[in-house]
Amino acid sequence: MDTDTKPLANAPTLAQRAYNIRRNALRMGEVQGQGYIAQALDISDVLAVAYFHAMRYRPEDPSWEERDRFLLSNGHYAIALYAALIEAGIVPEAELESYGFDDSRLPMSGMASYTPGMEMSGGSLGLGLGIAVGMGLGLKRKKSSARVFTLFSDGELDEGSVWEAIMSAGHHKLDNIVGIIDVNNQQADGPSTQVMAFEPLVDKLEAFGWFVQRVDGNDLDAVVSAFDAAKAHAEPKPRMIVADTLMGKGVPFLEQREKNHFIRVEQHEWQLALASLEAGRQS
Amino acid sequence: MKPATTPPAPGKPRLTTSAMIASIATEGQKTKSAPFGHALVALAQSRPDVVGMTADLGKYTDLHIFSKAFPERYYQMGMAEQLLFGAASGMAAEGFMPFATTYAVFASRRAYDFIHQTIAEEDRNVKIACALPGLTSGYGPSHQAAEDLALFRAMPNMTVIDPCDAHETEQLVPAIAQHQGPVYMRLLRGNVPLVLDEYNYKFSLGKAAMIRDGSAVLIISSGIMTMRALEAAKALEKDRVDAAVLHVPTIKPLDDERIVREAGKAGRLVVVAENHTVIGGLGEAIAALLMRSGVHPAFHQIALPDEFLAAGALPTLHDRYGISTTEVTRKIKEWLGR
Repeated sequence: MDTDTKPLANAPTLAQRAYNIRRNALRMGEVQGQGYIAQALDISDVLAVAYFHAMRYRPEDPSWEERDRFLLSNGHYAIALYAALIEAGIVPEAELESYGFDDSRLPMSGMASYTPGMEMSGGSLGLGLGIAVGMGLGLKRKKSSARVFTLFSDGELDEGSVWEAIMSAGHHKLDNIVGIIDVNNQQADGPSTQVMAFEPLVDKLEAFGWFVQRVDGNDLDAVVSAFDAAKAHAEPKPRMIVADTLMGKGVPFLEQREKNHFIRVEQHEWQLALASLEAGRQS
Repeated sequence: MKPATTPPAPGKPRLTTSAMIASIATEGQKTKSAPFGHALVALAQSRPDVVGMTADLGKYTDLHIFSKAFPERYYQMGMAEQLLFGAASGMAAEGFMPFATTYAVFASRRAYDFIHQTIAEEDRNVKIACALPGLTSGYGPSHQAAEDLALFRAMPNMTVIDPCDAHETEQLVPAIAQHQGPVYMRLLRGNVPLVLDEYNYKFSLGKAAMIRDGSAVLIISSGIMTMRALEAAKALEKDRVDAAVLHVPTIKPLDDERIVREAGKAGRLVVVAENHTVIGGLGEAIAALLMRSGVHPAFHQIALPDEFLAAGALPTLHDRYGISTTEVTRKIKEWLGR
């Protein structure tokens, strides 16, 4: 949030924010009957911390010059980011019903020209971190203190362009970049570690000159600490948060579903999913 | 199939072959050094938003001139073209106007999706300037960008420019800076021929220009083929063939109105000449335009063949593939029945 505004005493907790983001995502999933809902559920905790703890922005002015930038490199996670943008008041909640429909500002893949608060056009994987390098260099030229948060997926580590950007950000000492890798170990053809082995990830990234933290991406306290440390770290290095997450997090029957890269959920199951999410919150 | 090696004819010097960088200036031709680099420095003096970015080809795209004048505005991105264009998009998103340089093959073939998605789709104000366009290197297909215009023509939002010489290059740099949006320009580097200054020519974005008029044949050309067309026109004069040369530096958007008007004038053979594969470049663009407009002159294309081109000395290759002055002149005479 904009650091000019003090959080209200009765402001929702991060857990409530994460719940609301998951709920918004499930409601959009229900509109289309399918989608990358398991990813949205796994990344909701990270988005809650990004949008309601770490980032500086003004909901009424998504292109505010001093905002922290957020690049969604994995454009198919748009459903998750829309859910966060709705929770943040950047996109009106009523638009949720339009998700994926003709002429909606919320297409299934995130694109800069469609949606307020969407800073890049994704869909083709491996683009975000390269754009972040340019933004990081540009912000330094402007002597801006804004930072560039870039979310990408473990599957994107297969793309050579991601490693070009990782090498470049280290070379240029872009300490205004905060990368977040969603390690949910699932990509189109199966478990990411089996499609193309990327471990040991922390060692690799450190070797490329990054300040790296690996956390349970569904543990809010751990995620908060990682974002705080990314901000406070003194070395002139780009920051990476490797977030291990659970596909479908918060909805047990989706957590256990096989082949959950792009899931189909039957009509009656959406209400079950929402009820299951609600039950998880009560417990 | 590559032609079988033949020994040089007796008394004829064997040409140095296969150099990556070769001058397109002929012996004794007037040239200017690094017109792009100097024009960019001049532009940057009044435009603080201009930055230069390259992928390990600063020296070979004349961007080193800029880097010396404005070292703090020069970004070396390493030999990583996908990164270069993604980062150029990010730089443009922050309000800067990057001039991003590499070789035409790498921008068009290696980094196409990155330009398509991060620059063109987002309509970012990035100027892409690429050396070794068409057949201007004897190094072989790895460095011969025979299809760059076809690829960038097919990309929405992209303006595409193929300048003739140093004079035009100097003028187009400030002109494309005035234009908000992505631009692909072919870059002639090093000692670049100086031709159009003699014709009192002025570059105007999106405009074709009649460099010389004539009644027997209308040569419509872009890039270095305008230089060849003008040389051919002089040669044809000796045979009392009156050739017009319509220079079309902006490949996209095409100056439809002017091209249709000139091609529609009765009695002239129309020849489109381009330093590009016969597929998808200026020739096919004009053929389709004329067909759509109901204008049907006798029509021929001078262009590179649809094949992987050979390594060799540029004069040898330009002769072999029909884009040398001698070959242009010969073909036009043949088509005219002279």
